[in-house]
Amino acid sequence: MGKALLKMEAISKGFPGVQALSDVNFELQAGEVHSLLGENGAGKSTLMKILTGIYQKDDGEITYLGEKVDITDTKMAQDLGISMIHQELNLMPDLTVAQNIFIGREPRSKLKFLLNENELNKRTQKLFNQLNLNLDPKALIGDLTVAKQQMVEIAKALSFNAKILIMDEPTAALTDSEIDTLFEIIERLRSKGVGIVYISHRMEELKRITDRITIMRDGSYIDTVITKHISIDKIIQMMVGRAIYDNSKPMIETGTDKVILEVKNLNNRVLKNINFELKKGEILGFAGLMGAGRTEVARAIFGADPITSGEILINRKEVQIKAPNDAVRNGIGYISEDRKRFGLMVDMDVKTNIAIASIKDFLNPIGWANDSKIAKVSKEMVQKLGVKTPSINQQLKFLSGGNQQKVVIAKWLTRDCDILIFDEPTRGIDVGAKGEIYKLLNELAEQGKAIIMISSELPEVLRMSHRVMVMCEGRITGELSSENASQESIMNFATQRVSIS
Amino acid sequence: MNTITTEIMKNNKLPFKSGALQQLLAFASLILLIIFFSIASPNFLQFSNIVGILLSTAVIGILALGATFVITTGGIDLSVGTVMTLSSVMTALFVTTLGGPTILGVLVGILTGAFCGLLCGLAIAKMKIPPFIATLAMMMIAKGMALVISGASPIYFTNTPGFSNIALGTIIPGIPNGVIIFFGAAIIGALILSKTIVGRYTFALGSNEEATRLSGVNVDSWKIKIYTIAGVFTGLAGVIMASRLNSAQPALGMGYELEAIAAVVIGGTSLSGGKGTIIGTVIGALIMSVLTNGLRILSVPQEWQTVVVGFVIILAVYADNLRRKKA
Repeated sequence: MGKALLKMEAISKGFPGVQALSDVNFELQAGEVHSLLGENGAGKSTLMKILTGIYQKDDGEITYLGEKVDITDTKMAQDLGISMIHQELNLMPDLTVAQNIFIGREPRSKLKFLLNENELNKRTQKLFNQLNLNLDPKALIGDLTVAKQQMVEIAKALSFNAKILIMDEPTAALTDSEIDTLFEIIERLRSKGVGIVYISHRMEELKRITDRITIMRDGSYIDTVITKHISIDKIIQMMVGRAIYDNSKPMIETGTDKVILEVKNLNNRVLKNINFELKKGEILGFAGLMGAGRTEVARAIFGADPITSGEILINRKEVQIKAPNDAVRNGIGYISEDRKRFGLMVDMDVKTNIAIASIKDFLNPIGWANDSKIAKVSKEMVQKLGVKTPSINQQLKFLSGGNQQKVVIAKWLTRDCDILIFDEPTRGIDVGAKGEIYKLLNELAEQGKAIIMISSELPEVLRMSHRVMVMCEGRITGELSSENASQESIMNFATQRVSIS
Repeated sequence: MNTITTEIMKNNKLPFKSGALQQLLAFASLILLIIFFSIASPNFLQFSNIVGILLSTAVIGILALGATFVITTGGIDLSVGTVMTLSSVMTALFVTTLGGPTILGVLVGILTGAFCGLLCGLAIAKMKIPPFIATLAMMMIAKGMALVISGASPIYFTNTPGFSNIALGTIIPGIPNGVIIFFGAAIIGALILSKTIVGRYTFALGSNEEATRLSGVNVDSWKIKIYTIAGVFTGLAGVIMASRLNSAQPALGMGYELEAIAAVVIGGTSLSGGKGTIIGTVIGALIMSVLTNGLRILSVPQEWQTVVVGFVIILAVYADNLRRKKA
């Protein structure tokens, strides 16, 4: 292996209320593909954001090309030759490939204000030739597949003479043959001495492409291992294996046998043949890696995304759900993972947010909103769910994440939904409030609500679910009863890609 | 000139491939309208009427050229109508009251437009005021200033008889200069949009502002430049307007901004930014004046003409949406 390109030593970083990283080490050599592995929230992104100048470290040292550096902003990282390809690509869809790559550095003609389009395309073509990429510099970005757009991003990064390339879940949206092409490009970069940080959850990929793996957990450095000397099982164990998880789960057996929701052969752009049943009083966990299609299942059932085929049955009767209001009418409530964007009106007060989904129940005969009734119901809900707010007239943005989440739940309870879909119910919520949300979910199940809980936190899935559905690449790859569910068994199903299953 | 135009068309095709169909659609609609009105009335296709249509397109058309830049960035400019008026008033003031030379008067008008554009750009980029609000405020400021400066009464170019020649004279026999200026401005606009660095960032900003910023482009400064360029077109429109009327009419101008925006939209420029062409805008402006002219020749009352234009806007944007959905 080559010389050390980068050394990050004892890096620490705290945010208000959380220690995101403590004493993390990471080393990258020239021509190495090094994976950074850990569960969501393990600190991978924070570490890479420090490396690319988006965050500043609190403590620790970064040595780059044998010299100590302090990376103060993204521009500096770029000048040093450290580039990151984010999961959401940063391209302008209405410009061509070449125009995107050289944005801000366009070659000019002799008259300084005129562009030299020929030179632009020529340089891009030259860059592609060096990388052996088969792309048309004049193609519109918006017309390209995600895979090709990603290649444009890679080419753009390398046009800055990047020595370190960080790829965040680069294969998440790619097909198998596209992944092969990506790996060929990675091999070529490796042979040119570029150091690559490869963030991915797909175990077989890591086996295939990486030289070493650094494992992180809960913001701490666990170990760095040589990929070919270790088994996938062992890697997963190191990644999730924490003893803090309490096996005597405080789960209440409330599940009944009454099937309330049935999904049959559901297909759409992302989903392939989704089949499952949800019973009254049950919490059904949906586990899987990012991009596995769990949120898409929720959105399809809720009518937010179109389905191409399949049936949805509620209480054994087929229902047509074409839009969210169809779902709501059928008693389905969806609590989105992105509360602020899809779940709440943060500039409005608690009572309005609670009443908004069932506003028709609060209208007088002449069509005015009955404020006193809204106030009464809101007060009841606030009390019942233990929302910590000075009053029901408080604007939502002044409440904590946990309390905002409770307000979203209150909204759907007011609407009297029988089926509640929770998408990452505890994301961005501190530990104390998490416990309260768990308690609330259990109480709802006890009262006979049927609950789908999508979560990326395995301990949460294991603690809460009566049954667990595991997804991978838009398919359900496994169903586990609460007795058989373990972090290892879930991970096994979650990484079961078509090629190896 | 012919080769230049084809050159532009060729270059336009490059960065806006997906807009090509909408342009074709708009162009076909224009031809259909012309055929329809020619059959409906023998007066329509007469040379004098065609020239009349072109001349009446000039003012709205030049305003729409500037608006194309702003709208392609994903912004909007509501001030162009009254800023145009302010520009004509400033020109009139300079030429008549101060007795300045005509050519400098033209420059004063254009600079007035550019200055107002600069102010809008500063408010939007530096003060982070949304374009809708910033240009709405400028619309009112310009309207008021035009009335203040003119003493709320029209200024006539009676002692500068040559002034009306700017738009109405005929350097090329039979074709008023206003028409030539319009097409000249369109060609320059098309060159700026497709050939220059400003044009490139106009598309980049409208396509994905954040990605443009992350690519190290000084987004604020380019935004200011783009609004200033749009202001130059507005000022030019003001001069043409004053010349056509041989006077500056301070009470005129409100509503022109919406017609300009309508022309831009009919021409296939997306209000959400990132897509736009000058040729489309020219066609859009022509469609609007062909419609108005044709309906007038058919003795359709003016109230109804406006109603028809309204429906045409809906149709044009709906057709664009359908195409986009399919793609």
